[in-house]
Amino acid sequence: MAVFRDVMPAFELFQPTSASDAVTLLAEHGSDAWVMAGGQDSFDWLKDRIKRPKVVVDLSQVSGMSGVRDLDGGVEIGAMTTLTTLVGDPLIRERFPILSEAAGVVASPQIRNQGTIGGNISQDTRCWYYRGGMPCYRAGGNVCYADTPTAINREHAILGADRCVAVSPSDTAPALVALDAKIVIQGPSGERVVDAEDYFIGPGIDITRMHVLKPGELLVAIRIPATWAGTDYYFEKVRDRPVWDFPLVNIAAVKVVNGGTIERIRIVLNGVAAHPWRLAQVENAVTGKPADESTAAMAGEMSIEGAFPLRHNGYKVPLMRNLVKRAIRGVQEA
Amino acid sequence: MELIQWATSPWGQEVPIHLGWVLIWVFAIAGAVFLVGHAIWAGFFAKEETFVEPQVAPGFKERLPAKVKRHSLTARVFHWIMAVSMLVLLFTAFLPLVGVQFAWVEWHWMAGILLTASIIFHVIHASFFLDFWAIWPDRTDIADAKNRAKLMMGKSAALPRKFSKYPFENKMFHMAVMLAGLAVIFTGFFMLYRVRTPFLTRDPYIFFGDATWGWMYVLHGLAGVGFITMVMAHIYFAIRPEKLEMTKSMIFGTVSREHYLDHHDPERWPVSDETSAAPGSATGD
Repeated sequence: MAVFRDVMPAFELFQPTSASDAVTLLAEHGSDAWVMAGGQDSFDWLKDRIKRPKVVVDLSQVSGMSGVRDLDGGVEIGAMTTLTTLVGDPLIRERFPILSEAAGVVASPQIRNQGTIGGNISQDTRCWYYRGGMPCYRAGGNVCYADTPTAINREHAILGADRCVAVSPSDTAPALVALDAKIVIQGPSGERVVDAEDYFIGPGIDITRMHVLKPGELLVAIRIPATWAGTDYYFEKVRDRPVWDFPLVNIAAVKVVNGGTIERIRIVLNGVAAHPWRLAQVENAVTGKPADESTAAMAGEMSIEGAFPLRHNGYKVPLMRNLVKRAIRGVQEA
Repeated sequence: MELIQWATSPWGQEVPIHLGWVLIWVFAIAGAVFLVGHAIWAGFFAKEETFVEPQVAPGFKERLPAKVKRHSLTARVFHWIMAVSMLVLLFTAFLPLVGVQFAWVEWHWMAGILLTASIIFHVIHASFFLDFWAIWPDRTDIADAKNRAKLMMGKSAALPRKFSKYPFENKMFHMAVMLAGLAVIFTGFFMLYRVRTPFLTRDPYIFFGDATWGWMYVLHGLAGVGFITMVMAHIYFAIRPEKLEMTKSMIFGTVSREHYLDHHDPERWPVSDETSAAPGSATGD
């Protein structure tokens, strides 16, 4: 299939200066509109001519959607806050260093300077069949080219697949789910707030989207409650090369350990499913148990139950098991 | 209005991928219009139909049991299993397409397998244990249908005979359901190769090329939206006052003697005058 990388097809460009104006534009143009934050994902789609929106709403001029604010011991992060800002923000580093660390391993410094937290968690999957313009399930078709006996699917899902086996490529998403963040969405009918865990959806729910944003809606902020502020955490990203790469698998865990016993914990992986994969059963199983090798081994085995590797991604199963073990026994100090 | 969705395959061919889902609304609205139209016609304009009074032996009516058996327990259980699986199939197929999102695929293929199994059972049961031809229109049905249509339009025609076990409309509905059912089952079986099930190894390249696969999805969708209209009509007629006796027979298995004599020709649907379910008679299906 021919891929054009010369110039983008024409579209109408809007650069609103307020979130409410952006929402009005998005409501007016519905599914014809494309929301652009940092543009790191958008320009690939547009230049490859795989997505051909009639209207692009560029959020770069919107005021009030950037920065980190204190929120009763937690924080509120504007959706247009750059990843570089998150890496260095003193409030984030003090209260939620796991997010700072996750943001710090996204892509490369240049991309982090331009990329935003809203864009990072809302970016589309990197499945090359889908991004190559093939009429797969995710593109509205009737086939998954990545889940066939001859497909190249080293980076694809081992859990939660439902026709489509694409995975979420975000590094900050699992950290936000672990921190029980709330996603603030503005739409034509007002504001709604959803748990980060519910913001991401799998192909069983909607095979053409990776999150709950509907046409006409805009992600405006992320609120992280104080619940997990200053707690122990573990974040690790496994990738093919040390920089400028998407995760094969990453893990974000926060926990409170008292006297060597796990009092409460949240563990989330990404790169294994179409959405950040929270290990709620593992969390329940390890709560009240010592944060030691035997608990880690048990958690690791539990975490891979139900995994269904494809032809080329079987390595993700032991990788996931070992990351969970590390998260249990090797939690870093905040 | 897009009747069929098209896409470019990886080899550059324009291939169909799905039915145009606007047809969901077209078929649903068509069904609703038919229901309302029929209700108005039946309520204000329809004339009572007159039939040839069948000749029966003296004392036949008096010897008939109060309840005449119409459907065996097996036939009723089949009907309701099929009904449940059909409703699950329709809801899981179309609710996500109209905005009610949930994980529907597993429910859909499981209901499809239940429907297929129940229909295979039905075909065997109807072929070897029931009067197979009872549900198929015969020459009398077709001749009477023409006469009824003429009479309905105020033209002169011979009076039709009363119905056999199943009215002509029932038989035609069964035929439509059978055709659409075969289409969804045939295409649905192959589509199982495109989802994960415990039965088949997923392989979207097996059997057909992209265009043929696409047409199978289109046919599956077309039969599916057809079922929207058919199920609406079926439920509507099931709850119409004049049809309630037949609907109840699908629950309790029998119709009243009066209903039998009013609507059916004992020569075309013979029942024993001694019992409601004589062996060898066509009463038990």
